Amino acid sequence: MTSTPLFKTLPGADALVRIWFNDEPMRVPGDGSVAAALLTAGVSRFRATPVSASPRAPYCMMGACFDCLVEIDGVPSRQSCMVTVREGMRVRAQEGARELPPVVAQSPEQSDDR
Amino acid sequence: MTAEHVAELASEPVDVVVVGAGPAGLTAATRAANAGLSVVLLDEQDAVGGQIYRAIDRADSHLKHILGPDYAAGAALVDAFRRSGAHHIANASVWEVTRERCVHYVKDGKIGGYQAQRVILATGAMERPFPIPGWTLPGVFTAGAAQILLKSAREVPAEPPVLVGCGPLLYLVGWQYVRAGVPIRALVETTRLEDRWRAKRHLLAAVRAWPSLSKGLQLIRSLREAGVPIHDAADDLHIHARTDEDGVERAAALSFRTNGREHRIDASVFLLHQGVVPNMQFALSLRSQHYWDAAQLCFAPATDAWGELDVPGIFIAGDGGGIAGAQAAAGQGALAGLAVAQQLGAIDLPTRDREASMHRRTIANALRIRPFLDSLYRPRDANRIPADDVIVCRCEEVTAGELRGFVALGCLGPNQAKSFGRCGMGPCQGRMCGLTVTEIIAQARNVAPELVGYFRIRPPIKPVTLGEVAGY
Repeated sequence: MTSTPLFKTLPGADALVRIWFNDEPMRVPGDGSVAAALLTAGVSRFRATPVSASPRAPYCMMGACFDCLVEIDGVPSRQSCMVTVREGMRVRAQEGARELPPVVAQSPEQSDDR
Repeated sequence: MTAEHVAELASEPVDVVVVGAGPAGLTAATRAANAGLSVVLLDEQDAVGGQIYRAIDRADSHLKHILGPDYAAGAALVDAFRRSGAHHIANASVWEVTRERCVHYVKDGKIGGYQAQRVILATGAMERPFPIPGWTLPGVFTAGAAQILLKSAREVPAEPPVLVGCGPLLYLVGWQYVRAGVPIRALVETTRLEDRWRAKRHLLAAVRAWPSLSKGLQLIRSLREAGVPIHDAADDLHIHARTDEDGVERAAALSFRTNGREHRIDASVFLLHQGVVPNMQFALSLRSQHYWDAAQLCFAPATDAWGELDVPGIFIAGDGGGIAGAQAAAGQGALAGLAVAQQLGAIDLPTRDREASMHRRTIANALRIRPFLDSLYRPRDANRIPADDVIVCRCEEVTAGELRGFVALGCLGPNQAKSFGRCGMGPCQGRMCGLTVTEIIAQARNVAPELVGYFRIRPPIKPVTLGEVAGY
């Protein structure tokens, strides 16, 4: 899932922290946003669109475009440009639409107290 | 959710809530707090500064040198804000502002709220959509995104980037890269000779704003001197994809035409910019009156001379009310702060008016160069109202051609376009396509953009989970 990074840090950047992206461990600059961190680690596919499964990466970096949506520590649809990266974070690419919690099927008789 | 539930969400009473901690929000909060009012400043970022002074607190002297004196100047606004006693809440995403001045936000997974006597919206600007073929590919960013990466994460493109479009921010990013020693593959300018002629009408006014004009010229000159290849009057912009060994499609080349000649430039990072437009999500969600600004090609909220909307007690300050730049924004913030302080009885009218006249002079000075800039860097029609195959709505992947198809079927405006094909209904809530949709429909119907209108914006303005609202 990773290839040549799109961005790199200038000297004097923050110390590295360890995170996982799609179960792959990586060391990234701490203190910036999750999006900024992933961009230095060779991630260029943050999510796939719900409509055509096209790859997307951050576009605006300021919380407006919602193209950097990822799952962070189990919570889907997080704007990775707005979340500060933290040691141990588990990040996953968001594949298509976010998943809703499973719905437990109930027959009308069970759920109804008519 | 019932009305009572919403009322329960808002708890703490406060004199003034300011939304946004850029230059306008900082000066607004500072002035109101200095008058003795209780002021809360809510902002999405982890530190004050907005986009223009982003991460100013953390920037060391090397980064300040790269970013230049205009950036470093933001420190004075931050210092004044700190001394004012206004309360800053960081990482707070405001998701609703009601006409009754309830302000709801979410921070660290918990919601909070204020019932304010006055609200000042200082939500600033965002980049104008730049819908060209390939603008959704990984590796394509706004110039503002590149600047945010530089300011807040000291990041620069790993390979020489291509800068595409027009406008001061594009040249500023280039100039900052030159100072940082980052090579630039090319600057691909969309400005044409005819734009330069049109802009000359406003040159006299612009010359009176000489410091900012000369600053802009210096930026471009520095790029030339640094040996950056500059292509003028580029047309037919197209970003091409390549599929990596890992199977991921990403941006790989920009093709364009200048004076009938074809060009193609390979790169991995493309930075697009064609000006900024007001971030008006809150003003729109309040159903306040907006008008079409034909010079800036965007909608802007109608306000009185102090920034108050036609929704009593709610003010707009800074670029969110129309693009005027950081210096004007700071002045407008102070005006809104003064007006609020006077309305709430914290200062008297003569004080308000005496101080206001100073800020009005600052604003007038800053505005002198706008007609020239708006005219010179007017984004090209083809880059605002794209050809049929170009994706307009990035979220729902609706193309300009599909949108024109909706119009042919009787679609009259952006809100109907939603039911025709989900255009504008994705997570960005139309931020990335709204103006494009308005202009495409206006052109297809051959009516004015004002008649077509804009998407109806509803809260939540920022994502909030049901769990957060329920207080889990």
